[in-house]
Amino acid sequence: MSVVVVICAVLLTGAAALAGFRMERGPSMLDRTVGLDVLTSTIVGAVALEAAWSRRTDTVPILVVLSMVGFVSAVTIARFAAHEPEGAGRVLTRDEVAQLEAQRLRAERDAEDAS
Amino acid sequence: MSVDRFADIVSAVCLLAGASLSFIAGLGVNRFRSLLARMHAATKPQVLGVTLMLMGLALRIRSGSAVWMLVLVVLFQMLTSPVAAHMVGRAGYRTGKVRSDELVVDELTRDLEAARQGEEQGEEQGEEQGSRPGGPSAT
Repeated sequence: MSVVVVICAVLLTGAAALAGFRMERGPSMLDRTVGLDVLTSTIVGAVALEAAWSRRTDTVPILVVLSMVGFVSAVTIARFAAHEPEGAGRVLTRDEVAQLEAQRLRAERDAEDAS
Repeated sequence: MSVDRFADIVSAVCLLAGASLSFIAGLGVNRFRSLLARMHAATKPQVLGVTLMLMGLALRIRSGSAVWMLVLVVLFQMLTSPVAAHMVGRAGYRTGKVRSDELVVDELTRDLEAARQGEEQGEEQGEEQGSRPGGPSAT
């Protein structure tokens, strides 16, 4: 049994890592939601695996709660999904942030000069 | 072989199958290119994977009340995951993340276009007759 549990744990860890990778990469909000769904079902699997290993039943209510509320995040995000411009799904680099900041400062200075 | 031992072996097989389905979903979510393909991969652990793992757990603990709770978990999962998938797919279509030329069957685009054409024709007829300002609504 312990060999099976170790293999399952490795598989579930890999699944969680891959889902987290997709959540980080995006590129859109909905892709992240799909990654989050995979992560939720992986967590359900991990809790079930731990309960099966130690033959305990006190963690079963966690599974009930997870399966009841796990879909709320996907529905909420899908409800508010909007058109995203190209390239909005990634983290800006340091140079791009500096450029945006310089632009903002210049606009503020222009506004002060005008007034 | 005793019944307990047999149940443990079946439960181990179920747990392994469920965990592999989770891993396959992780791979698919990363490898596939479009939103719908990723959703297809993500559905695998949500129903079958969770069902298999909870079956393995139920065969391992073998106590009445906890097993009924696990049945409840599977039922909730079957009720909620289609809702989530429907919402995500609809939002993806409306925000232009579903490319119509990649689909073999695209009934929604066809129906929407037919409805739009029907509406335009209805408006033209309404203008000619002059008696029906809005025209018949194409639904």
